[in-house]
Amino acid sequence: MSAGPHRFVSADRRVREDRRFVAGKGRFVADIELPNTKHVALVTCPYPAARIKNIDARAALAMPGVRYVVDGPELAAATLPLMTGLDTPNVPRRPLALEVARYSGEWILAVVADSRAQAEDAAEFVEIVYEPLAFVLDAEQALQKDSPLVHEAHGSNVLLDKTFVWGEVERDFAASPHRLSLRVKWGRSSTVPIETFGVMANWDPWREILDVYASIQMPRFAEQIGNALKIPNTSVCVHYDIDVGGSYGVKRGIKHAVLCGYLARRLGVPVRLIEDRLENMRGGDAHGPERLFDVEVAFDNEGVVRSMKMRALENLGAYAGRSPFQLGKPVGAIVGPYRITSVQYRAIAVVSNKTTQDAVRGFGQGPTNFAIERCIDEVANFLRVDPLEVRRRNLIRREEFPYLIPSGTTYDSGDYQTVIDKVIADNGYERLKAERDRLRRAGKLAGIGIGACLEPSGGNTTFEPLLNPKITNSTSMDSCRINVDSTGAIVATMHTTSSGQGHETLVGTVVGEVLQVDPDEIRITRPDSLNSLPSGTPVASRMAIMLGGAAFHAAQKLKSKLTVIGAYDIGIPVDRAAYERGEVFDRLIPSNKRSWTELVTIAHRNYHRLPKGFEPGLAVEHIYQVPTGGTLPTSDGRVQMYPCFAFEFHLILLSIDPDLGRPEILRYQFGHDCGTQINPKIVRGMSMGGIAHGIGAALYEEFAYNDDGQLIAQSFMDYLLPTSHEVPPVEIVDHETPSPLTVFGQKGSGESGYLGAPAALANAINDAIRPLGISVNSLPIRISYLGDLIADARAKVAK
Amino acid sequence: MHIRLSVNGTEHTLEIEPRTSLLDCLRDHLNLKGAHAGCEHGVCGACTVLLDGVAIRSCLMFAPQAEGMALTTIEGVTPGPGELSPVQDAFCETHGMQCGYCTPAMVLVAHALLADNPNPTREDIVEAISGNLCRCTGYAQIVDAIALAAERIRGANRPAGLRK
Amino acid sequence: MKAAPFEYSRVADVDEACAMLAADEHARVIAGGQTLVPLMAMRLTRPTRLIDINHIAALCYIRVENEAISIGATTQQCRVERDALIRTSLPLLARVVPFIGHAATRARGTVGGSLANADPAAELPLIAITLEATLCYRANGRTQDVLARDFFIGPMTTSLPNDAILIAVRFPVWKGNVGTGFHEINARRSDFAFVSAAAQVEMTDDGRCRRIAIGIGAATDFPIRLTAAERQLQDTVLEPAKVTSAVADVLADIKPLSDLHASAEYRRRAAVNLATRAVADARARALGENFRAH
Repeated sequence: MSAGPHRFVSADRRVREDRRFVAGKGRFVADIELPNTKHVALVTCPYPAARIKNIDARAALAMPGVRYVVDGPELAAATLPLMTGLDTPNVPRRPLALEVARYSGEWILAVVADSRAQAEDAAEFVEIVYEPLAFVLDAEQALQKDSPLVHEAHGSNVLLDKTFVWGEVERDFAASPHRLSLRVKWGRSSTVPIETFGVMANWDPWREILDVYASIQMPRFAEQIGNALKIPNTSVCVHYDIDVGGSYGVKRGIKHAVLCGYLARRLGVPVRLIEDRLENMRGGDAHGPERLFDVEVAFDNEGVVRSMKMRALENLGAYAGRSPFQLGKPVGAIVGPYRITSVQYRAIAVVSNKTTQDAVRGFGQGPTNFAIERCIDEVANFLRVDPLEVRRRNLIRREEFPYLIPSGTTYDSGDYQTVIDKVIADNGYERLKAERDRLRRAGKLAGIGIGACLEPSGGNTTFEPLLNPKITNSTSMDSCRINVDSTGAIVATMHTTSSGQGHETLVGTVVGEVLQVDPDEIRITRPDSLNSLPSGTPVASRMAIMLGGAAFHAAQKLKSKLTVIGAYDIGIPVDRAAYERGEVFDRLIPSNKRSWTELVTIAHRNYHRLPKGFEPGLAVEHIYQVPTGGTLPTSDGRVQMYPCFAFEFHLILLSIDPDLGRPEILRYQFGHDCGTQINPKIVRGMSMGGIAHGIGAALYEEFAYNDDGQLIAQSFMDYLLPTSHEVPPVEIVDHETPSPLTVFGQKGSGESGYLGAPAALANAINDAIRPLGISVNSLPIRISYLGDLIADARAKVAK
Repeated sequence: MHIRLSVNGTEHTLEIEPRTSLLDCLRDHLNLKGAHAGCEHGVCGACTVLLDGVAIRSCLMFAPQAEGMALTTIEGVTPGPGELSPVQDAFCETHGMQCGYCTPAMVLVAHALLADNPNPTREDIVEAISGNLCRCTGYAQIVDAIALAAERIRGANRPAGLRK
Repeated sequence: MKAAPFEYSRVADVDEACAMLAADEHARVIAGGQTLVPLMAMRLTRPTRLIDINHIAALCYIRVENEAISIGATTQQCRVERDALIRTSLPLLARVVPFIGHAATRARGTVGGSLANADPAAELPLIAITLEATLCYRANGRTQDVLARDFFIGPMTTSLPNDAILIAVRFPVWKGNVGTGFHEINARRSDFAFVSAAAQVEMTDDGRCRRIAIGIGAATDFPIRLTAAERQLQDTVLEPAKVTSAVADVLADIKPLSDLHASAEYRRRAAVNLATRAVADARARALGENFRAH
């Protein structure tokens, strides 16, 4: 690890991408124009489950501007089903429904027209005869033997039911004086970026290349397109220089891309699908986890939790791609920041007749943290011990790192107690409690909520073989290529899209740091998929670690190369040569040196001055494997998951209007340790954005369904995203415990705030209402629900 | 139908269907891509433009309705190729964005606010942007940007009007 | 979400607009469009023709008419928000307008548009009901008046005839020690309210209530006046417990709406709470007491 002090890493530098965004000059997929583009609109199923009896598109085809319609059978005949994660061959997934539609909003038919408006006009004239079928919406009902089956051929609604036992769970339970059970529910919410998913595909039959422009955040995107369309990957060109308007996991768009790719090849024109908001909410397959937890913890009189049993029941929606793996990733931090010694974890994933979900920020860690943190608070309540004190007794201590958890992952580093100490410095916690008590005396409901959570970062796809033994992936890579051209200009590449994480700034900063060159002088480009090296893409809070690592090692290679060239030309052994700020000099005679320009000239033009057989030019690349990667799960499901673990500590003071049930956050303190911060502005933005997102998941956001299987939160009128009024000022306290595994000690921060805010808010609300003898364990916590709960409790007290 | 639109100080004559939203008209017919579609039903604010200097939602207007009014888009407040207004520069200084999708709208709202109120309180700023959704930033650095811009503009002794 | 096709006309006077409406039953007028345009984008309504009345100067005004303030139907909400006459003569309206939507929608949305749209949770219909406003419309070359309580007849439904156009609303002005209060509860600050309560009182110099108006919005299909409670509270000092009791009595008989955002019982309880607070605020403001909103 390269320890500080650094010149550029951790400096408060601007994010270079911002320049184009403030001028409205980002390059979003809807901004791309190609001549003769045709536009797609979808015809969607109005029933939660229905057999498609007949499709009559004749009237639609006759309408102005309409060029083509494609239905499920035509598409299925020409393409392969989309890739899935679990081994469930009888649960295929396709862009357009085939024979049976399985959720209200599922795409049945695509209309292609000269304009989007004309496509929508025509879509209204497609006549489809449906035979409604029985449907199931609730996960627990889907488990019942007599439940309607979402996929008949699969024989049940269960796609995954796996139990892991790590350590002596039964023994630890038997030996513990206390145990308690809790049921908590994480509501169906998602990331819902302001830009919907969009894709444009264009087939060039002369070069045999399918150009794809998409608002995408998805590993193996090009590969999945090629696979589904049955064309070689050498014919798929995904453009990574598209700016993505937010994603946080969900922009997978594989069905959109396959649909447009097929149409582009079929029609010989560019085909474009930009989801409108209704399509996105209902049929974009971008819902998130909806998870029911039954947790039981065994603990002693001090509140030290020895063992935990957790059953996680996930409502996937009607189909599944990679989403079930969101039950597997949390295994890598299943005990949170605590010294729990044994765990039993049962992961169940069921299908239902709801919209399909996809990856959401944290990939299941947010819901899991929520379940763990609610339990810790209830343990504290049970023993009448302060919840912060209980946590202190359970937290892994600084000297215990690297720390191996029962499920097989080692946490790299951490200093949780110090982060907490910093947040509550100057007797802050006691003063906060005093304020809460003062509010209570004044007749308010007031509570303090704590969330102490980990953000696993770095990524590693070992949750795949964990849940699907047919998969043997043990790697997650990223890469960087650097070329210094004959004029000495430095160009570094990254090989994926970004949705605002400042990756160009990241690469510039890292390469600049290693080469000791101003990052602003380094050009960062994004070649397309045909010109790219492998990248795991920005998932799993991995890019600071992985792209940073790849850029670092590539820059080191370049530095070595320059040093070798310089040493040879000066005529000294390599170990006598030193590199500084682009120059190579003799340590013993520093005036004996070669400048950047001279080195570049030698490499590019003076082959006679290079060592014999030395590769000319100044091009390097590095493909970086994830630290600690390379092992598969053991037979009992123990596995090294992600390499690095950031820590966050939320401390909230909240009051609730007892008559109206409206919570108000009075004070929000946030302690954050993600190791070395490569760019503090970016890290702060991630934390604030994550907290805002977490506030939404806790209090406002839900893809709510009615009993008829209809999504009633279909637009932004009913799916409520936090505005500037809903996000209070947050006092952020930073601490840096570097990771020993990464090039600068950096850990990820892309999921910061989101992973712990819902837990802390739920704990604060519960602390506030506990004196009334009530609790709430289901997200989102709506004002009306809280109000009714409080009113009922007060009525009972009055009696 | 034919309509005449005044955008960023320039008159345009366009042939459009009446049902073309002002947003789609700006993007598709005038190639001004800075206004973005986020919801197309008037909630997210990503489509914000200035109409006679006031921030409005361009997805909630049909293009013919805007005839006879002066429209300003993000392209109109950008001083020149590669140049940033003080507001835009302040957004870069505080990193008041991430993905950039809501950003042009936020910048325009800031311009309109500061033209009307050169010394806004933080509460004024929070209120002014409360009609614009951002999913990335949690708003803190956006509020910081607008406060910084206000401070710098006041300090620069310039006229309050920033509109072109 | 592109609207279905339509023809567009801009008219110079109301009667021309009315004639167009009469000629085509699927034509609609558009002023600010802040509610009509999203409905059209979602294809929940598909007019064949939009008649743009937003530039008819005669419909855009704020003026005194006898003992009332008359506001032209196409007057923008933001104009009402900043108007000095409204602030002094219709303080309840001035108090409420900032709660309507967002600044960007108030910049285009009109007073008439909001009233004609008649959303159960909208603020302007609530104030119209609370203050017994008179709505004026034009049809077939004639101007007609209708009282607010006869205008709002269902959710998103008014008694406006099909080919009529709302041209103005008249709010009576109260004289004396007048105070106002308004509260609403919603999930996020600027959302449609689950429940809202508006109150206006005129107090005597010795602290008795000479006149009181209480309206509840968003709880039912259209806003309601709590006349029975008003009768009970008239001539009293508006003691909070009595206010709560009077309001609760009336609200015990209503059937509040229930939806994703709030249960019926929640709406009922919240209505009592908000109305009590609105009356308390109105009383304090009328008496000029050192005031902090309840």
